[in-house]
Amino acid sequence: MNIAVLLKQTFDTEAKIEIAGGAINKKGVGLIVNPYDEYAVEEALKLKEKNGGEVTIISVGADTPDAMRQALAMGADKAISVEDPALEGGDEYTTAVVLAKAVSTIPYDLILAGWREGSAQVAVRVAEELGLPHINVVTKLDVDGGKATATRDIEGGNEIVEVPVPAVITAQKGLNEPRYPSMKGIMQAKKKPIQKLSLGDLGLSADQVAAKVKVQSYFLPSAKAAGKMIAGEAPQAAAELARLLREEANAI
Amino acid sequence: MAKGILVFAEVKDGKVKNVAFEMLSAGRKIAGQTGDELAAVLIGKGVAGLAGSLAEYGADKIYVAEDDKLAQYTTDAYSKVLADLIKETDPATVLFGCTVLGRDLAAKTAQKVKAGLLSDCIAMEIEGGNLVFTRPVYSGKALLKAGIPESSPAMATIRPNVLTAEPGAGKGEVVNYAVKLDAGDLRQVIKDVILQISSRPELTEANVIVSGGRGMKGPEGFKVLEDLADVLGGAVGASRAAVDAGWIGQNLQVGQTGKVVSPTLYFACGISGAIQHMAGMSSSKCIVAINKDEEAAIFRVADYGIVGDLFEVVPILTEEIKKVVGK
Ligand SMILES: Cc1cc2nc3c(=O)[nH]c(=O)nc-3n(C[C@H](O)[C@H](O)[C@H](O)COP(=O)(O)OP(=O)(O)OC[C@H]3O[C@@H](n4cnc5c(N)ncnc54)[C@H](O)[C@@H]3O)c2cc1C
Ligand SMILES: Cc1cc2nc3c(=O)[nH]c(=O)nc-3n(C[C@H](O)[C@H](O)[C@H](O)COP(=O)(O)OP(=O)(O)OC[C@H]3O[C@@H](n4cnc5c(N)ncnc54)[C@H](O)[C@@H]3O)c2cc1C
Repeated sequence: MNIAVLLKQTFDTEAKIEIAGGAINKKGVGLIVNPYDEYAVEEALKLKEKNGGEVTIISVGADTPDAMRQALAMGADKAISVEDPALEGGDEYTTAVVLAKAVSTIPYDLILAGWREGSAQVAVRVAEELGLPHINVVTKLDVDGGKATATRDIEGGNEIVEVPVPAVITAQKGLNEPRYPSMKGIMQAKKKPIQKLSLGDLGLSADQVAAKVKVQSYFLPSAKAAGKMIAGEAPQAAAELARLLREEANAI
Repeated sequence: MAKGILVFAEVKDGKVKNVAFEMLSAGRKIAGQTGDELAAVLIGKGVAGLAGSLAEYGADKIYVAEDDKLAQYTTDAYSKVLADLIKETDPATVLFGCTVLGRDLAAKTAQKVKAGLLSDCIAMEIEGGNLVFTRPVYSGKALLKAGIPESSPAMATIRPNVLTAEPGAGKGEVVNYAVKLDAGDLRQVIKDVILQISSRPELTEANVIVSGGRGMKGPEGFKVLEDLADVLGGAVGASRAAVDAGWIGQNLQVGQTGKVVSPTLYFACGISGAIQHMAGMSSSKCIVAINKDEEAAIFRVADYGIVGDLFEVVPILTEEIKKVVGK
């Protein structure tokens, strides 16, 4: 079973965000593998261990050698990195169209990606671009007999969904426990190939992938006024808090 | 030329989700400025009766798409119907609630109609004649203002609880929309649905959330938080430390790798205030922190703080709040 994993790096959450010249200052900001993508890599490796085949890591538009090496050290076989100056300023549409083309350069039975509270557009868009079904927010996955069966989070519970493969699956926390790369894995990863492609290599022009979203400005949230510390023993403090929530904050 | 606003009205348990009313109210104001039509769409089976509630919040037109194949949500079926409707009616803007379902549907539909989509927006307004959306980026550490000028339509998912739902009469014309679905459109098959029965509201839509962290000491500890939540009709949430310890379900985790919430009132009890937790709750309108460590980072974002033992403070607070709200 050949599996493509969509992988990206994101800012380290601890990173301090600064705005310079109307854009986010990316200098000196630590990058980490998107935590959800680690679940996707782990699941791909498990399926490979069971069924054979190859795991290919695919990344678009971001400078991701570290993330790719980490996935290769975990056990993925090879990586494809699409980089092109024309991707600067790209949005989820851009990323998805390019990813779909990049995935199409390899044989695949399954595409795994991360799911993130917030945006979560890219993987679903890739599925649509390739004409594939998808299952989002997955915490359990079985692939067998041309079908993928997954348990996914829905509001207030879970549902079990089945789709024919190839399909796109997005990983949610709980799917598995990502392994740590072994020393041997780290050594081997150095020799594994990372193929670099440009838009032209994929037969795409800058126009075809132009962003739909036009960013106007970045700004920092306004600093919050200092809060009130309520002193006193528990009974007085609790009574005072209840009063403030009602009379001052209008919150209850 | 694309015109008008279309709001996807998500239905859950036979009711329209509040976020749809919130989007209609905001859409009404924008429509008032631009003279555009404000439409809503109901998709499902047996949902036509909900059209009236959408008119009460300002919808001029309500498309009703009903079919047996839409009784249960699948991305394939719903996105096909919605994309068809968008192609036929050519709205300038399409809005979804940023819920599990809304996100899934919006992304698929956006790619079907090749539209730009801004996720998890917390504001929208007309600036220089264009509709501009605000969304948090980098876990809320920065904000981004963006528009989707050329693509038709501009799409966005709007975070629940950040816009205000206000009744405002719309024309309320109901249009039955004929659904075109082939077997080939429907590849996702729902095998089973397992719902956890809870009397409390969904975390992302709750007005009040009472969260607990490692300071809860164990699963039993959450009882005091449940009591407080129930007095206020709120939900119970948790930090990752409490979830990882197995004291409470993962679906109740608030934070960067959990849910992002914006309630009116958020209680953080026995939670230190790690950056990854704050990423999920710092946009709450009023934050209360109860922690025995006066140095805890959570006090820096709190509107009100009490330094003390939560097991002592919270039960008394519950009683005091009962008095104040008259229960
Ligand atoms: C200047 C600039 C600043 C930006 N700032 C931000 C920002 O602050 N926050 C933000 O969220 N986005 C930002 N973006 C946009 C972002 O780079 C893309 O839109 C991104 O692909 C969306 O990521 P996501 O995690 O939100 O998408 P999701 O749709 O949530 O991603 C889900 C999954 O899709 C896959 N995936 C996504 N992108 C890629 C990729 N490039 N390569 C391989 N797999 C991928 C991964 O498996 C990922 O887990 C910025 C873009 C630009 C050009
Ligand atoms: C990639 C990544 C993603 C993460 N995602 C999330 C996320 O989504 N959500 C999240 O919450 N965390 C997340 N974390 C974890 C986060 O970094 C913290 O470890 C976690 O939030 C700590 O939880 P806590 O505040 O409950 O525990 P602690 O930091 O241990 O704090 C416990 C607090 O309880 C107080 N306390 C103890 N007893 C009492 C008492 N009797 N009365 C009053 N106060 C008391 C203590 O003073 C202390 O401040 C993530 C971490 C990483 C690396």
